[in-house]
Amino acid sequence: MKISINNRIAKTGVAALGISALAVAVSAHAQQTLNIVSWGGAYSMSQHEAYDKPWMEKTGDEIVNIDRSGNALAGLRAQSQAGNVTWDLVDMLPADAMIACDEGLIEPLDHDELLADAPDGTPPSEDFVDGALGDCFVASIVYSNIVAFNSEMFPEDDQPSTIEDVFDLENYPGKRALLRKPINNMEWALIADGVDREEVYAMLETEEGVQRAFDKLDTIKNEVIWWEEGAQPPQLLADQEVAFASAYNGRIFNAMVSENQPFEIIWDAQVFELDGWVVPTGKLDKVKDYLHFATDTQRLADQAQYISYGPARKSSSELVSTHAETGIEMTPHMPTYGPNFETALQKDDLFWADYNDELTQRFNAWLSQ
Amino acid sequence: MSESSAAPLRTADGVPLKVSLRRAVRRSRIKALLLVAPLLVFLIIAFVMPILEMLWRSVDNPEVSTHLPRTVSALEGWNGESLPDEAAFAALAEDLRQGQQERNLGLLSSRLNYEKSGMRSTISRTARRVGSLEPPYRESLIETNDTWGELDTWKLIKREASPYTISYYLSAIDRQLSPDGEIVKVPEHMQIHATLFWRTLWMSAVITGLTLVLGFPVAFLLANLPMRHSNLLMILVLLPFWTSLLVRTTTWIAILQSQGVLNDVMVALGVIADEARWQMIHNKMGTIIAMTHILLPFMILPLYSVMKTIPPSYMRAARSLGGKPFLSFRRVYFPLTIPGIAAGGILVFILSIGYYITPALVGGQSGRFITNYIAYHMQTSLNWGLAAAIASILLFVVIICYLVFNRLIGVDKVKLG
Repeated sequence: MKISINNRIAKTGVAALGISALAVAVSAHAQQTLNIVSWGGAYSMSQHEAYDKPWMEKTGDEIVNIDRSGNALAGLRAQSQAGNVTWDLVDMLPADAMIACDEGLIEPLDHDELLADAPDGTPPSEDFVDGALGDCFVASIVYSNIVAFNSEMFPEDDQPSTIEDVFDLENYPGKRALLRKPINNMEWALIADGVDREEVYAMLETEEGVQRAFDKLDTIKNEVIWWEEGAQPPQLLADQEVAFASAYNGRIFNAMVSENQPFEIIWDAQVFELDGWVVPTGKLDKVKDYLHFATDTQRLADQAQYISYGPARKSSSELVSTHAETGIEMTPHMPTYGPNFETALQKDDLFWADYNDELTQRFNAWLSQ
Repeated sequence: MSESSAAPLRTADGVPLKVSLRRAVRRSRIKALLLVAPLLVFLIIAFVMPILEMLWRSVDNPEVSTHLPRTVSALEGWNGESLPDEAAFAALAEDLRQGQQERNLGLLSSRLNYEKSGMRSTISRTARRVGSLEPPYRESLIETNDTWGELDTWKLIKREASPYTISYYLSAIDRQLSPDGEIVKVPEHMQIHATLFWRTLWMSAVITGLTLVLGFPVAFLLANLPMRHSNLLMILVLLPFWTSLLVRTTTWIAILQSQGVLNDVMVALGVIADEARWQMIHNKMGTIIAMTHILLPFMILPLYSVMKTIPPSYMRAARSLGGKPFLSFRRVYFPLTIPGIAAGGILVFILSIGYYITPALVGGQSGRFITNYIAYHMQTSLNWGLAAAIASILLFVVIICYLVFNRLIGVDKVKLG
């Protein structure tokens, strides 16, 4: 524990030296208030610890956290229509970023110009993982949608391990908590029904594929409790109201280490996606220094001390160390860790940009049947 | 003499009386207007204008005509029987090129995606590559994306070129326009709004009925008990009324949920088995119970104010003329309370079809109202046109209810106090 903290201080010290050159370059920078929109909860806390605290110390800026990422696109649209954009930097999903970018709500970003190089000089366009840099988007983390279960609810020698088990009511009885949206559930239903994961999205573009997914979901529909807020699944699992729950992996990790809950994550068929920053139109000059700082190699690695989301930079992975409070080795809890990643599926943002409206309506109609 | 009798009456300063009177009336009118002006301005800004804006949004359709102006004019003479000619494809390429430069194709692609899933990526992918496309555009566009080779795509663009659309209204009642422009039902697995409208209406009617059944005796007691007791009772009615809506709603969750107070008591008393706890919340029952409780004061108060004005001597007279208690109640007392029932009924009914937060919290999947879908389309799907259309339909329903009510009972008979 003590060692890890010392270690961390040492690392931050090195990083501080590394950025002092930058600090000189931006020392003319006047103190300001940055309104930063994010997801709240444990995630905002990790950003606050890893990015905001060192930034505020360095520059004297004030950072106001706004928990509106859940409705970020609607918020950006409303602010832009009202002609009064008050958000300076927004954390959002790449699918929303794509739409906002097409609508001109957010700034196009020149990544190599704006972002920091890796410590070894690799430019950002090569250092970030595939798909992390969109026209108007820069990812900071890789997170994952997984199904977790409460290990106390199954015999020790017969714990579930695959996504098929989630749909197997006979061998693994109990309620399931799933997100009240078609996203992820459609993919899992097809994979559990034996569809190859490379073909999932091609299949979902056809009527037969969608029907097949709903048919599979029908088999467990009566046992499902639908959740809407990210905080619900760990709660439902802890209360043993459900045996399985789909969730964001960071929330389950949090419950496992901070609250000692007997949860296990089924990494099979995890649907991973990126999450990161966009800059509302007209705010680039105001936030570009912060953006440069908050997406550098050390900052992304620091964030992984607080939450089990993988850094979006390859150069950060080597620096990922231990959990800040408990000293647990973080690497095996990352979605991108080798054994966890073997059967992972990347969420297809283009597919969901096209079909989300239609499938959501169909999903809601299916629910109310 | 005849001259003087025809001369108009004048005031002391010689102004004709008529003119002077008109001035005085005008002055007092302006004064009155100034007095209500703050409220009037407030109402116009906060109520009338948003409603007009909402009605406007539900039919407004600027996306295609603004962002594809060249394509729209190239398609003017097109007969829709086969793919349009090269000129239309070239115009589309030019429009997309300009849109890509100005980065404003997002609203267009969302709009077309509502009508035809897949249009969003068709447009964004094509727009990204349009800079490098060479004529003939017909071949190169179709090569970039097959969708441009489909007749329906072009029919859709031509149809949505009109600055107004009814497609939001159609979609709000589970209908759509076929590629040929006929109104058809959407496939059964997509139907949701009509069901929700019916559910909202019948559940509101049930809630109104329940508040009447529960509220009538309470209002009667309030009006007829001695002051001492009726004051206490009045406080019991008003106390929940003053409590926050959210508090009352979440209290019902604590009482009714499967691990809640009521179920625990029933299990402890042995009325139900532990495994067979009642499911009373996150369904229709939850919505009906919570909303009946929340809206009860809106029924009791108008009823009370009407009952208070019915002289007790009427009932005594009915009894002394030989009426049995029930008959005198039905023939004498009850008809006198109808204005109160009507006022409470219309109040509760209209409030409940617009209720949003309670069904969202305790309604689960089956107890949701159409209002929850308005919120969904406002905040999540961002289809504001559809949200506006659903809200407008709800507004028309309220207006119709009001007109029917006025016809049957008469608004002038309503007494609120």
